[in-house]
Amino acid sequence: MNPSVEALRAAFGSAIGRATVARDGETIVVVAAPHARDVLRWLRDTPGHAYAYLVDITAVEYRDRERPIEVVYFLRSLERRTDLRVKIELAPQDELAVDSVVSLWAGANWLEREVFDMFGVTFREHPDLRRILMWETYAEGNPLRKEFPLRGRFSRAEQVRQALAANPEAHYSLDELSIADAYHELPPDMRERLRKGERGKIPHSE
Amino acid sequence: MKHVIETKQVAGQSPNWLLARLDDLVNWSRANSLWPMPFGTACCAIEFMATAASRFDFARFGMERQAFSPRQADVLICAGRLPFKLAPVIRTIYDQMPQPKWVISMGACASSGGIFDNYAMVQGIDTIVPVDVYVPGCPPRPEGLLYGVLLLHKKIKGESLLDRGLREEQVLDETGLRLAPEQIDEISEPFGNSVHQFRSA
Repeated sequence: MNPSVEALRAAFGSAIGRATVARDGETIVVVAAPHARDVLRWLRDTPGHAYAYLVDITAVEYRDRERPIEVVYFLRSLERRTDLRVKIELAPQDELAVDSVVSLWAGANWLEREVFDMFGVTFREHPDLRRILMWETYAEGNPLRKEFPLRGRFSRAEQVRQALAANPEAHYSLDELSIADAYHELPPDMRERLRKGERGKIPHSE
Repeated sequence: MKHVIETKQVAGQSPNWLLARLDDLVNWSRANSLWPMPFGTACCAIEFMATAASRFDFARFGMERQAFSPRQADVLICAGRLPFKLAPVIRTIYDQMPQPKWVISMGACASSGGIFDNYAMVQGIDTIVPVDVYVPGCPPRPEGLLYGVLLLHKKIKGESLLDRGLREEQVLDETGLRLAPEQIDEISEPFGNSVHQFRSA
């Protein structure tokens, strides 16, 4: 059992649920959803724990409909070479929402978007919560949920029709917009190239 | 059964000697100077690269120059599975290619969806663009792709200048589909991957 669990119980008390050791030896600790972001921040910042690296965020839905949907955070302490998994359990009948951790790890941005896309879990205060793998007008639901049919909800003909009707450029327009948003943070040489029109006209660039 | 995929007969126009020689010349030059547009999405693209590299070297068959611009390409080689997200992309690339143009569907996934009978994958690129040669395999060996290229040569050498239908641009009609579901059922019978898989449903 990872000693961080005992330290978490001492610091957060009842917000920390059960803890188990997975078959690969890693410790799994369940955290109450309202406190999850505080717990993760504590794990990241407290000396002696220092889980500075967010490896992955994913979600698990079990075939048993009674079981809660879990959002899983894979943490790693690079300096101590230790792993820890933090789970949040969400009851399927409630709203599937947790606090975003993009403010703690910038790399959580796309990971949370993927969970949002595939499982329909919303992340409060996420700066840019939209689909990332499926296209943004995708209307069939969240593909990794258990009630989602393997071949999708629509017929093949309807899927092909919708796919062909899509504008391939539209997939990238918002990327271009986010480049425009980041314009003032780019290195000067890149800014110069962008202004010369290498990627077309960037709004608000002057 | 309605025949939707049929060999076009050039009705009432028996080719005379001169025209036949002209056809031969045009087709010979077309077949031996194909410029491929590689559309590699998966492991088939690795085999495609092997085919293009020195050991197998499809430059031997006139495909020396790979055209990474669809405007200067003759053959679209779809090497790998095609997700729905890429369907409008390959359709746009196909539309941008000038006539005459041909399509090789390389591998099981491009031809029929392969093992990916799921929500994200196009079940065969012939539901998106017309396909001339299907190369089976998962992925096909370079010899397989070369055999497909030679089959395409054979097909090109059988074309006629008189057959205007060959060179007509096929645009999508108001249904937005290239093939109706029943047409897909008809052409997909030889491709069935499992007893449960229907490419149209």
